[in-house]
Amino acid sequence: MKSKKPSIPYLGWMLVFTIVPLLMVLYYAFTDDTGAFTMENFTNVADYSHIFLYSLYVALISTLICLVLAYPVSYSISRCSERKQSIIVMFLMVPMWMNFLLRVYAWVLILQSYGPLDTMLQFFGIHLKLIGNTGAIIVGMVYEFLPFMILPLHAVMSKIDDSLIEAAQDLGCSGVYVFRKVIFPLSIPGIISGVTMVFVPTASTFLVAQYLGGDQLMIGDVIERVFQFNHNTGSAIALVLMVVILGFLVFMNRFGDKEAVGR
Amino acid sequence: MKKSVVSLKDINFKYSNEVILNNISLDIYDKEFITLLGPSGCGKTTTLRIIAGFETPQEGEVFFDGEKVNDLPPHKRNVNTVFQKYALFPHLNVFDNVAFGLKLKKLPKAEIEEKVKKMLAIVDLKGYEKRSVRSLSGGQQQRVAIARALVCDPKLVLLDEPLGALDLKLRKDMQIELKQLQQKTQKTFVYVTHDQEEALTMSDRVVVMNNGVIAQIGTPEDVYNEPANAFVADFIGEANILNGIMLRDKKVRILGVELDCVDKGFAHDQPVDVVIRPEDIEVVDPSQAKLVGVVEDVIFKGVHFEMSVRCHDCQWLIHSTVAQKVGEEIGMRVDPFNIHIMNKMFLAPDNTIITEVYYSDKENNTTTFLLEGEEVTIPDTYYEEGQKLRIVLPPDAVYIAADGVGMLDEVYIESVIWKGEHNEIILESDERKWIMQSDIDEQVATYVSLGFDFSKATICEVK
Repeated sequence: MKSKKPSIPYLGWMLVFTIVPLLMVLYYAFTDDTGAFTMENFTNVADYSHIFLYSLYVALISTLICLVLAYPVSYSISRCSERKQSIIVMFLMVPMWMNFLLRVYAWVLILQSYGPLDTMLQFFGIHLKLIGNTGAIIVGMVYEFLPFMILPLHAVMSKIDDSLIEAAQDLGCSGVYVFRKVIFPLSIPGIISGVTMVFVPTASTFLVAQYLGGDQLMIGDVIERVFQFNHNTGSAIALVLMVVILGFLVFMNRFGDKEAVGR
Repeated sequence: MKKSVVSLKDINFKYSNEVILNNISLDIYDKEFITLLGPSGCGKTTTLRIIAGFETPQEGEVFFDGEKVNDLPPHKRNVNTVFQKYALFPHLNVFDNVAFGLKLKKLPKAEIEEKVKKMLAIVDLKGYEKRSVRSLSGGQQQRVAIARALVCDPKLVLLDEPLGALDLKLRKDMQIELKQLQQKTQKTFVYVTHDQEEALTMSDRVVVMNNGVIAQIGTPEDVYNEPANAFVADFIGEANILNGIMLRDKKVRILGVELDCVDKGFAHDQPVDVVIRPEDIEVVDPSQAKLVGVVEDVIFKGVHFEMSVRCHDCQWLIHSTVAQKVGEEIGMRVDPFNIHIMNKMFLAPDNTIITEVYYSDKENNTTTFLLEGEEVTIPDTYYEEGQKLRIVLPPDAVYIAADGVGMLDEVYIESVIWKGEHNEIILESDERKWIMQSDIDEQVATYVSLGFDFSKATICEVK
């Protein structure tokens, strides 16, 4: 039997930085400023339900766009030689070496009125409001989280053995069928982890909407603002968000189990 | 005349400038079990992949039933492959794996079910339909792969080292099962292996390949008893291969002894390779034999004893049911028809370089010439610049150098054959072939650097 001793520091870490904060959130969510038990915080949460739905909507659209963009990219990367693959993957990671805020701010500069994109479009006589709307938020989200879709997809696809593709061709599959019958089913685990890795942070992230969305806020921003004057309601919103995300994760795992891919 | 289902005509295949197949022509007949046999890197798998349609040869033609199919993609060929590592679909169960090809043909469901069931029964996997392929053992996965290929009712079944991953006992069983399966289903099997015993056990015909060319095609008996050259003799079974000189018809000299043989048609005093199978050597009293040696080693091998006998600096291998004592002197007799004479694969006995002096240094007493674009310096020798030279390097003047210090890099080892005293190695550089001797077993189909010992060379001026 393996010794459990090496895991003790990690357990300590989890206790201090995960369990205790979680319990604190729970405590605040069910109490008022005097410390007495109350459900009032959750009735306050209802005021923000439209922002909740909006956040989930943005997350869903961003995730779908990421998936559509990342799938063909990942597939073509996975068919390159190993050396090329690692170089391309490294280049995909390069933007992530920069600060998150800087990357969002870069989009503000690109999209702002009289910014480079706006100027160019105006030159062609197209007048559009590029910033301060849902579209801008989604652009920012896709940009931020696209690598989190590509990496798990690439990881799964690069493990698909060439001989499986050859076997499918050998048994009578043309190109389209090879994809439908072999490549797609085998890439489902990558889709599941990619969708999870993009959807969850997109739904809960903050600042992107503040920078790119104008007046439009997302639930992460709301939590940040509410926390500044009311810990209790803030904790309640955070708790509800956690439950929603947990529900989503359970749903995705179910989906994965049903497909029983790679198991 | 037998009907050929597949014909390969003058196939040339290159992979990034490296010649993999060099003018391969092969006819595969209906309902036969044919094996492509050769060491790794000989081009046997590439040949199979060309038949399957995964590779297209740069030159040459592939015919199926007389029809040219060079550009026909794999999914349109009536051929199915059993892959080396099975390549079963991990997301499908046994039934769906086997039914994969039938479903693509859009057969009715009931028919698919019936065919799959029947095929699973043939490969002894009845009742495994719902099992995940990952839960199966290697042998069972192997059977699923075979069932998946056979159920599509192809004209031709291609098998790429399908037993390579199985353990010895299972491999032996599967060899016999595969052969029986082939006879039962009356299909043409094209089998690829590097295992000579497997090839001899299963095949109707064996195609021995080496270095991108076909060395010999024949029945297992043919390739064993009448090997076409020293490579085939060495690769198939065990053999004593010696350098000999054909004195005249039916007379050969090896190790200074004249022996009778049955071969003729060679030139007078032509250097040849002489092959004698270890089981064809009869142990007799030293007084009754021309070849006399001392027993150095005796190993019990079950059916026979394997004896190593030293005779004139040369190691002989003898298989005999009677053991001799180590240290004992014995006579060796071979029937004339068991002495196989073959042309040497490398015709000249030495490496001859004809060149011009590129640069010479009187002070240091050196001469430099160009060899395939590289400067090679001969020490302790001085010739005028521009002087034409003939340099003769005997096999023992060539050696494999450590990385970076060789005089000629990227030389390909084409064959390594034990000649009783040392290995005879044939190598190929960009422009020519080389012959060398070595006591070390070098790995065939690898690249090495060559060095030359000019103190053993003969150098003379030519006009």
